[in-house]
Amino acid sequence: MNILVILRMVPDMVEEPEIAPDSTTLEPESVRLILNESDNHALEQALLLKESQGAMVTALAVDSPNIDETLFTALAKGVDRAIKIAHPGKLLSTRVLASICARAIETEPELSSPDLILTGSQTITDLDAPLPALLARELRLPHLGIVSRVSVDFSGRCVTALREYPDGVRGEFEVPLPAVLGIQVSEKPPRYVPVALIRATMKSLCVEYIPCPPFERTPVPYQVLELRKPSVSAHAEMLTGSHEAVAQKLREVLFAGGLVEGA
Amino acid sequence: MAGNVVVIVEQWRGQISPITYELLALGRELADQSLVPLQAVLMGNNMRDLAGTLGCADSVLYLDHPLLADPLPEVCAEALAGIFAARKAQCILCPMTNITLGLGALLADHLGAPSVRLCKDVRMAANNYEATCLLYGGKIEAIVSVEAIPAVFSVRPGARPPHQGRAERHPPTEDVKVSLPQAPPIRLRKYISPQTGDVDITHKDVLVAVGRGIKDRKNVGLAERLAESLDGAVCGSRPTVDYGWLPLSRQVGSSGLTVKPKLYVAVGISGAPEHAQGMRESGLIVAINTDPKAPIFDFAHYGIVADASEFLPLLTAVIESGKKASPQAA
Repeated sequence: MNILVILRMVPDMVEEPEIAPDSTTLEPESVRLILNESDNHALEQALLLKESQGAMVTALAVDSPNIDETLFTALAKGVDRAIKIAHPGKLLSTRVLASICARAIETEPELSSPDLILTGSQTITDLDAPLPALLARELRLPHLGIVSRVSVDFSGRCVTALREYPDGVRGEFEVPLPAVLGIQVSEKPPRYVPVALIRATMKSLCVEYIPCPPFERTPVPYQVLELRKPSVSAHAEMLTGSHEAVAQKLREVLFAGGLVEGA
Repeated sequence: MAGNVVVIVEQWRGQISPITYELLALGRELADQSLVPLQAVLMGNNMRDLAGTLGCADSVLYLDHPLLADPLPEVCAEALAGIFAARKAQCILCPMTNITLGLGALLADHLGAPSVRLCKDVRMAANNYEATCLLYGGKIEAIVSVEAIPAVFSVRPGARPPHQGRAERHPPTEDVKVSLPQAPPIRLRKYISPQTGDVDITHKDVLVAVGRGIKDRKNVGLAERLAESLDGAVCGSRPTVDYGWLPLSRQVGSSGLTVKPKLYVAVGISGAPEHAQGMRESGLIVAINTDPKAPIFDFAHYGIVADASEFLPLLTAVIESGKKASPQAA
């Protein structure tokens, strides 16, 4: 079985993003790019399937800052190949990213005929579309999103996948292969690899590089007029002072509301 | 601008989702500004009666097909593309929840129309629509302008109070023939309901919720002791379940449970929209977080900037000492 995992970089929201003077982009120096969290889960799910089924796993990404480190980390974790598509020279909408990935999968012999394509359900920057649904439409493949568990059928012709619904409900689906799955969370937390192993991988393995395929250069059908910090109509009343004083104030609030006993 | 304002109704397992009424309230405002009708589109199988609950709309289109009983986004988009090829719409509001994730983008792709998602609001501007979108986990808002029509907006829960989109009247309902040439390649075998576990958090008056900001599994114990002192239970945001710190039966948010306790103490939870969706209606929300700019402080009632491992034991001790001093305890 051939599994292709698509990885994307997104701003690390642990840091506070600053808006650039043009007011429509983020200040690049305020943003550190990291692997999209659900893509990391997609990678882990692929590795779990490899370990249980003996699959060949390829990680694919469009060139972007820090992507080499991410792809070498994927190699250190156990993917068989890591392939980087040359950057097409502009910021990408998800629509364009889907088009690039689909054309690469269709035309590059290195990527041909994956049985299963996994990527994260969505990112915090998907302003126009979630990637898995559009990629599946481009490739005319079945798709299931918000997946939290995958197992391959004994015949190898379909997978059983759990899709998340509200109220903790899960839907069990049968998905014929080849297919695209948008992974929300892997069966086990993403594995950790020591930095030393990543460095050793950098010396022993390589990230392959393919040119960006021709893709449909449709203009983005919307315009970002402004980025800004969220407007809020209210804000919490902040309890300040020493921890002891704040704990006492909070207890008084809870007591006044009948939520805790005591004088 | 010509064409209706359209709301795509979200139903799941025979029930209309609350977000539908939020979109109807928003759609009513947009339709009234444009002086055009507001139309709701309901998809299902033997669910025509649900149209009677959509009185905020001027009319309802009902699409009935066995494949629409369980709303897979691909199937719904195909059905909707068929009807919008023949009917004019200027603005299509799609729900953006775990049930319909991707529907708006797929419909827009079918129609060759612009798609904007992560919307928390949509309004009319001069000759275009403007959407306010929550990006980067809710830390940044983008104001996005769309001129082409129809424009498809995927709207997050919380755009309007659901009660504003409810009305008593029974709207005229038109049955629309649906053409879905192929059965979807994927097949729903069954739904699996979550096991309630030892505690049903939807029935607790007090919840102490932990997020990844508590940093370590051992700090869940600190939250448990606080919950015990408040006669409550511990629950958590998605990462704490993904990490295996808490069972799925304790997850709050869009993929977990929706709770409305009298008191919700959020510890180390940033307040991402997906979590807020499951707890925003709580009676009193107290947020404890080391990041003073965490979005949860924008909708909590009380906020405390503190490290959970330092503050929780202190708070638990203060509450316990108060109980001992109370006449009831004595």
